[in-house]
Amino acid sequence: MIYLRLFWEFFKVGLFSVGGGLATLPFLYSLGAKTGWFGTADVADMLAVSESTPGPIGVNMATYVGFDCGGVLGGVVATIGLITPSVIIIVLIAKALQAFRKNRYVDAAFHTLRPASTGLIAAAGWSVVVLVLVNLDAYRASGLFSDLLQWKNLLLFAAIWALTNLVKPLKRLHPVVFLALAAVAGIVFRLGGA
Amino acid sequence: MPLLLDLFCTFFRIGLFTFGGGYAMLPLLQREIVEKKKWAAEEELLDYFSVGQCTPGIIAVNTATFIGFKEKKISGAVFATLGIVTPSLVIITVIAALLSNFAHIPAVQNAFAGIRVAVCVLILNSIVKLWKKSVVDKLTFGVFVAVFLGSVLLGSVSPVVFIVAAAVLGVVVRVWLHAGKEGKA
Repeated sequence: MIYLRLFWEFFKVGLFSVGGGLATLPFLYSLGAKTGWFGTADVADMLAVSESTPGPIGVNMATYVGFDCGGVLGGVVATIGLITPSVIIIVLIAKALQAFRKNRYVDAAFHTLRPASTGLIAAAGWSVVVLVLVNLDAYRASGLFSDLLQWKNLLLFAAIWALTNLVKPLKRLHPVVFLALAAVAGIVFRLGGA
Repeated sequence: MPLLLDLFCTFFRIGLFTFGGGYAMLPLLQREIVEKKKWAAEEELLDYFSVGQCTPGIIAVNTATFIGFKEKKISGAVFATLGIVTPSLVIITVIAALLSNFAHIPAVQNAFAGIRVAVCVLILNSIVKLWKKSVVDKLTFGVFVAVFLGSVLLGSVSPVVFIVAAAVLGVVVRVWLHAGKEGKA
């Protein structure tokens, strides 16, 4: 049954994703690969929508995936699955807040959990980057190195990276600004080939 | 207004006006929770926030649960948490429904092709920020490299495996091995 499955899968995401924000990304990527519900390009689109709408990114992603797989009820079930572990864990430790924070086992576990979470996000990011910037099929067909990279996308990537990292007044702008700019560029230069 | 409804509405507003979650939420929490409602002191809020970061799950949800629980135990925790996720549920459901109707239009396809490029940059920027906070010594660098390569090369292994292994490694190395050294010295 799709709803039980959605609840259980997102329960696991809520239980094991640490650090908030993009921490849910690797779990969604792996979920898509395992179930065939959606692909890497879909994950990138969901992330774009989640970043440009209000609310926590993880919750937005869960709602999106749930809706995609099981309609309105699917979105609700996936979101409730995602937040259930949080509610249980926080209620359990709320009384012993300071003891939890200063516990050396907790501190030691999180010392290595954080880079692991970063590594997982980097790996999921890597798959998105490969999908967007590389064209292995064209390279295999022609054998030309110039076909390996998607040059238009690479140029846009470099431009947005420069805007978000090098131009000081723009660094603080909300991501939705850059997503909108990229959407316009996509339409003008027909990046989707459509 | 009854407290439970107040918790729901306050966190509904926070969910509605926060873009991006996590740290983006902190200024809004300070204004609503500390200054207006006085449900928590500034220091308490920072405590909840930092514990929210080092417990599993979404930071925004964890913080809402904390404050709800403090005000009205389990029912407060549930209402505050439902409040913060409800705006997302409504907005995303509407957008997802609209998008699936417009997905076949060439302009929409081209727009999303461009947006995906921007998403790559946003992910890269986030990873750089997370890297600075999480990779702080040789051990954490090793964990990052091992998990990254492991996850890229063994695509079918669940992220859960890496997370559990990393937590166990941290406890073994930092608590037991260091305790052993101190014992000998």
